[in-house]
Amino acid sequence: MILNPSVLALLLIALLVSVMGLYAGYYGLRILLRWNPASGSEMQLDLERRTYLVSTIMSYILGFELMSLFLFIYTANDLHLLFTGAMCAAGTLAVNFFGYPVLLFKIVNFLLAGVWLVVNYTDNRGYDYPLIRFKYKLLTLVVPLLLLESGLLAAYFAGLKPDIITSCCGSLFSHESNSFSGDLASLPHLPMQIAFFSGMAITAICGLIFYTRGCAGYLFSIAATLTFLIAAASIVSFIGLYFYELPTHHCPFCILQREYNYVGYLLYATLFGGAVAGIGTGVLMPFRNIGSLARIIPVMQRRLTLVTLVCYLLFTLVVVREMVFSALKLGL
Amino acid sequence: MKRALERHLNILEFTLASLLRRKAKNLSLLAMYLLVIFILASLQFFVTALKREAAIILSDAPDMVVQRLVAGRQDLVPARYAAEIANIRGVTAVRPRLWGYYYDALNGANYTIIANDDPAIGPERVSIGAGVAKARNLAVGDLLPLISYDKAPVMLEISTIFPSNSDLIAADMIIISPGDFRQLFNFPSGQATDLAVMVRNPKELPTVAAKIAGQFPDSRPILKNEIQRTYQSIFDWRGGMTLIILASALFSFIIFAWDKAAGLSAEERKEIGILKSIGWETSDVLLLKFWEGAVISLTAFLVGTVLAYGHVFFLSAPLFAQALKGWSVVYPRFQLVPVVDVYQLAVLFFLTVVPYTTATIIPCWRAATIDPDAAMRY
Amino acid sequence: MIELSGITKSFNSGKPNQFTAVDNVTLTVNNQQITVFKGPSGSGKTSLLSMIGCMARPTSGRIFLHGVAAAVPFQQEGVDSVEITSLPERFLNQIRRSTFGFIFQQFNLVKGISVLENVMLPAYPTGEGQALFRARALALLEQFNIARLAGQRVELLSGGELQRVAIARALINNPSIIIADEPTAHLDSKLSQEFMAIVGRLKGEGKSVLIASHDPIVFDSPLIDALVEMRDGAVVASRSSR
Repeated sequence: MILNPSVLALLLIALLVSVMGLYAGYYGLRILLRWNPASGSEMQLDLERRTYLVSTIMSYILGFELMSLFLFIYTANDLHLLFTGAMCAAGTLAVNFFGYPVLLFKIVNFLLAGVWLVVNYTDNRGYDYPLIRFKYKLLTLVVPLLLLESGLLAAYFAGLKPDIITSCCGSLFSHESNSFSGDLASLPHLPMQIAFFSGMAITAICGLIFYTRGCAGYLFSIAATLTFLIAAASIVSFIGLYFYELPTHHCPFCILQREYNYVGYLLYATLFGGAVAGIGTGVLMPFRNIGSLARIIPVMQRRLTLVTLVCYLLFTLVVVREMVFSALKLGL
Repeated sequence: MKRALERHLNILEFTLASLLRRKAKNLSLLAMYLLVIFILASLQFFVTALKREAAIILSDAPDMVVQRLVAGRQDLVPARYAAEIANIRGVTAVRPRLWGYYYDALNGANYTIIANDDPAIGPERVSIGAGVAKARNLAVGDLLPLISYDKAPVMLEISTIFPSNSDLIAADMIIISPGDFRQLFNFPSGQATDLAVMVRNPKELPTVAAKIAGQFPDSRPILKNEIQRTYQSIFDWRGGMTLIILASALFSFIIFAWDKAAGLSAEERKEIGILKSIGWETSDVLLLKFWEGAVISLTAFLVGTVLAYGHVFFLSAPLFAQALKGWSVVYPRFQLVPVVDVYQLAVLFFLTVVPYTTATIIPCWRAATIDPDAAMRY
Repeated sequence: MIELSGITKSFNSGKPNQFTAVDNVTLTVNNQQITVFKGPSGSGKTSLLSMIGCMARPTSGRIFLHGVAAAVPFQQEGVDSVEITSLPERFLNQIRRSTFGFIFQQFNLVKGISVLENVMLPAYPTGEGQALFRARALALLEQFNIARLAGQRVELLSGGELQRVAIARALINNPSIIIADEPTAHLDSKLSQEFMAIVGRLKGEGKSVLIASHDPIVFDSPLIDALVEMRDGAVVASRSSR
């Protein structure tokens, strides 16, 4: 266990998010069980009021998840000094089993909270609560994941023991120095570059078709989701290398540092923003024929598609610019 | 898009007006909030600044230091160790170091005395830190009287008083020649306090350290990054402990915030009732309450951190200095180098604004869901 | 035309202290007329008006707005009627904001802010640019001869001035229906008559006016078109003067 203000802050947020999630989940379940829009009974009126509370809580959770994601990475980076062989956040996260799962769940939960809010926003615009059941079923899926994330976070920090000088000898010799140094499974450059650019191109084409003609919505959403995964892997595989101008440094976190002009924030913001909008488009697809939403969802989807296209385009432009101007040239 | 923006602007404007209308209530909340942020920010700035000071100290330290342990305690290192270590492959140089502490009975301070071969110092000359100079009221060219181990006075002429970008390290330092050092402390010749080992390739440091440890079972090689790590975790730990002690303050503040948000006065309740009756919706009132919280939080956060900055970097943190500095006894006056980054501010934000906001969600929602026809039923 | 069918509103249902404020009311209110709801206090007038005005939802029953230019974003083209009882709050509210203006017994002005701000208050959350509704508010104050009071706080106003501020506020979003709950309860006879004169003028401008009152100056006024008498939550008599 490392006691440090940022660790305490992260644990505090995890606690708050869990409590809020449980609270929202409890009312979500009640809404699922008791909802009856035809009734004007006091209970129904109370449930309708609760929907405002649940939406508010979910927006805060989304905000907290996003901010704590970056705080988590930053803290991991700050702590790397404490661990032998850890060069940056990548090493700190690998110190015990829970580091990377926490990160993964933070990202997944952020995406889910984002999609939930997209659905919520759409539902609020239909006059007969068209998506209310879907929305609260989705919520009961999100809440356990939030709790799991908090548990993993606590386990991760509880398992951190800094390698400090002990009385008998330098700690270095009490265990073999494992080389964590961020050598995450580095995928070969060339296939990844091909996958990355074709993913972006396919997403763009599907997006444009969907934007102009309103067809191939599922295809677009799937392409956007896969491209998100490919792009995330590409950051580790080759994008990072161009920024670091080192052929061996695969860390996905160092680009968040000042040395690289915080370009990581731009990359991740566009990537996550584009992914939420892209997944959201697909999640809305089954509902586009519901009467009260027939005129709302297509407009929403076009907007979301535009968000994805713009975000991904920005991401690609930043990457291409760096590939062209970087001192590092990876042989194609 | 434009309509949404206009809605925010209109409601924000009304928020500001209503905050000003209820000065008494909001000022007491703001004062508590500010105090909590001020204390936590001071703590955070102070610990981070100390960490940085430690990092500056260490940046000049050798990559590896070899000590010798006798019966679990540090002892002097014989010179032959240096010669043998120098023969290990990869080692470029070994420098025996002489240093120790000198207790100044005059003002009860401990000084760090370091011997240095630098010809600029030479026999009977000395360089001192600004802190020592100030404590003893000395200038360049003056004589610094020290008392040797056998109570005999040793007079050294001050050749330089070194300024430094870090008061903490330089303040208590005295640098003299090795000859004077041995004379002052009756330090046995052929021995050193410890050895500084230079290695050509930093990647070989662990290997070399292992070899030394194998060759001299009573030696303890310590790498620079191990020292860094230890310092780092000590400061983190201290900061964390203090924070936990402060947690009760933080917690009571959150209860207070909850109470303030939940305890709507009859006047406010009526006002929200009116707003809802004339066409404001639940989400409009939620937005109003959101802006209210945001304005109070941001004000408290900005003012609190600015005050904390002044407290730590201009006034040298009188509230924490005794509790947290905790190494050498007296620093006549020391000034921390201002260092604040986004990361620290983010941590502060999470420790204060986030709990406050969370505590107010439900009370705000309750206020916002007052029935619109309540205003008609009086 | 506002059409109510089988409207019931009960409170604390299922508990010993259950009571029914409005009991199975079926009724039609015509556009561009003045309709007065008459009855002793507790007869359900206020509850009924709050349901018509989209402030509260009935426990059961349906309310239709016909031929009312309600700003309903989802409304299908060619259909000019809306059923409001099943709508979620945010939609009720949009209709309320754009269609109804309210005048309350206590005037319900917000203390501590100026007359002008009070009049503008209902427009804040609509997302309209402030310059637009500020101009409209000033024009309304001008129309009611209280423009000189624009910057004053409402605490300092006389009863008649308060009343006119409240009417101006009800008109800021340019509603087609005005709902007034016991508007003359705190006014002397002269001011009450002045109020009725203003109501007559509003009707002349094409607005419908619904008033709950047990003041003879209101329900005996020659200006009114229809009178609905209520007792114990039910309509006991209803007559139209035309």
